[in-house]
Amino acid sequence: MRFVQKTNYAQDVNLFLHNGQRFWYGLLALAVLLAPLVLDRFYLGEFAYLYIWAIAGVGLMLLVGYTGLVSLGHAAFLAIGAYAHAWLLTQGVPFVLSVPLATAFCAIIGYLVGLPALRMTGIYLAIATLAFERIAAWVIEHWESVTGGHFGMRVPDPTVFGMNLDGPVPFYYLCLGILSLSLFAALNLLRSPTGRAFIAVRDSEVSAQSMGINLARTKCTAFALSAAFTGLAGTLFSHRIGYLAPDAFTVQTSIQLLLMVVVGGLGSLQGVVYGAIFLGLLPQAIAIGRDVLPQWIGEIPGLEPGLFGAILVLFLIFEPLGIHGRWVKVRLWFDQFPLYRRATYKRQRSYLRTERVR
Amino acid sequence: MSLFEAHDLSVSFGGIKAVRDVSFTIRSGEVFSIIGPNGAGKTTLFNLVSRFYETDSGSMAFDGVDITGVPPHRIAEMGIARTFQNTELFEHETVLTNLLIAHHVHRRTRLVADLLFLPGARRQELDFRRRVEDVIDLLDLQSYREQPIGGLPYGARKMVEIARALCLEPKLLLLDEPSSGLNPEETEDLSFWIEDIVEDLGITVAMVEHDMNLVATVSNRVLAMADGVVLATGDPTEIQNHPDVLRAYLGD
Repeated sequence: MRFVQKTNYAQDVNLFLHNGQRFWYGLLALAVLLAPLVLDRFYLGEFAYLYIWAIAGVGLMLLVGYTGLVSLGHAAFLAIGAYAHAWLLTQGVPFVLSVPLATAFCAIIGYLVGLPALRMTGIYLAIATLAFERIAAWVIEHWESVTGGHFGMRVPDPTVFGMNLDGPVPFYYLCLGILSLSLFAALNLLRSPTGRAFIAVRDSEVSAQSMGINLARTKCTAFALSAAFTGLAGTLFSHRIGYLAPDAFTVQTSIQLLLMVVVGGLGSLQGVVYGAIFLGLLPQAIAIGRDVLPQWIGEIPGLEPGLFGAILVLFLIFEPLGIHGRWVKVRLWFDQFPLYRRATYKRQRSYLRTERVR
Repeated sequence: MSLFEAHDLSVSFGGIKAVRDVSFTIRSGEVFSIIGPNGAGKTTLFNLVSRFYETDSGSMAFDGVDITGVPPHRIAEMGIARTFQNTELFEHETVLTNLLIAHHVHRRTRLVADLLFLPGARRQELDFRRRVEDVIDLLDLQSYREQPIGGLPYGARKMVEIARALCLEPKLLLLDEPSSGLNPEETEDLSFWIEDIVEDLGITVAMVEHDMNLVATVSNRVLAMADGVVLATGDPTEIQNHPDVLRAYLGD
C-alpha cells in the first residue's frame, strides 16, 4: 500500500497525486500516441469511434454521475451537434470555427432543456428528456431545407488550414486530441467550485442550498455543459459516419450512452473510458457469440437491444458503481489485505434517486 | 446589539399551526438555545430562518437586512450557516471535499476559469485548501480528512457537519440538535467547541437542543417553546424553573 506524504496543499490540487500515477498515465499517453504505427486502418477507425463515444460519455457523466440527473435524451444532443456542424460546413464555415459553434449551440439547447428539469428528478426527468429526444428527432426529420429530412445530408470532409483530416491517421489524432481536451476540462471542473457544486446537488439538495449553492443555476449549467460535450462528440460523429440520416440517432443511442456511463462507473471519469471500451467491444462480442451459439439463439429478434437492457439491469443490481467501482474495490482489497471490510462500499444512497422519496 | 430579529413568525401546514407568532432576537456574540418538547416547532423555526419554508406572516431581519423574501441559497452568502438534525452530508465524498464544497460562497471564479483551471482558479483552490485546514485543526478532524462520509461513525459525522458550516465563515451558526446521538464524553467536548466557536471565531450560535446539561453550560439565553408558541425567554436557570416550561414538559 502506498502512503503519500503530503508536504504542500498543491498536491491536493494537482491532477496527479504521485509519480506512480504520472508514470502509468504517461505510458498510456505514449501507447495511444504511437498506436497508429502498429494498428491497421480498421482498428484505427474503431479506436477513433471509441474516443468519440468517450467524449459524449464525459458529457453524460457530468450530468448523471456527478449532478445526479438522468437523461434519456442525449442522442438528441449528439444529433444536434452533428447536424449543426454539417450544416455549418456546407455553408462554408471553416472546420475550426464550425466545431465550437455547433458545441455552443448544443450548450444553449441543453440549458433550455435544463429549465424544466429543475422541478424533476429520477424517472420523471428520464421521461421528460426522452420526450425531448423524440421532439428533436421529429424536427430533424421534417426540417428538410436544413437537415435533408429522410434523405439525409452528406458531411463535407474535415479540413484544417487546407489539410484534409479525413484519412484514418489524422482523424484518429483529431479524436484523440479532442478527447484529451474534454477529459482535461472535466477534470478541471471537478477540482473547482463548479464541479463540486454538481456533486453537492447530487448528494443532498437541501444541504447544497444551505451551502449557498443556487440549485437552478447549477442544474442548468450541468445540462448545458453535458449537452456541449455530447454535441462536440456529435461533430466528430458526423465525420465518422460521413452521411447523416435521422435513423443514426435513435432512443437506442441514448440508452447506449446511458449504458456506457453506468457500466463504466458512475461518478468517475475513468469509468467513461471503461464504458466506451465496453461499448466498443460489445458488438464484436455479440457477433462472435452469434457464430458460436446455436443458430436459433442468434436469430432471436431484438437480441442486441435486449442484451443492452439486460446488461444495464445486471450492473445496476450487482455493481452500481460499474467497472471502475469494481476496480477500486479490488485495489482496496489488495491494499488492505487481509483486513478488507465488505461494508466499506455498502451502498448508502442511490445515484439515480428513483428510489428516494423527496 | 441584536444580530437576528424575528417578528411574529407564523407558518402552518394544512390545518396544523406549526409556529405561531414567534418573536425573538439573537444578540451578537451569544449562545442562544431553543428548547421544547417534541413537536414544539423548534426545527420548523430553523427551517423558516434558513428559508426552506415560506413564512405565512411575520418578518425576519439579519444584520439589519430583511430576509423574509430572500431565496435559500442567498442565506448562506449573507452569513447564516446551519447543521441538520440527522446530518445532511455529501455522502459519497471525503471529509475534505465536503468542507471544500462549503467554500462555494467564497468563490471568485466562474465557469470558464474553472474549465481551464486558470491561475486564478489554482490560487483560489490553494486558498480554500488552507482555510479548510484551519477548521480541521479547530475541531480535531485530522484523522478523518481523506475518508468518505459513508464510512464515518455518527459522532464524527456530526462534527464534520459543524466543520462544514464553519467553512462558510458565517456570522450566525444554527445547530439543530448538535448533541443527538453523541455519547456523554462527546457531548462534553461539544460544549468546549461551542465555546471556542463563539469566543475564538466570534460566531454567534443559535441551537435547538434537548440536553439540558449542555444548554445550561453553554447558553447565555434560552427560548422555550411548546405547540408552536413561545413559553418564555430568559437565562438558563430562569427557564428551568419557569412554571409554564415545567408544565409543558411534565404536565400539570
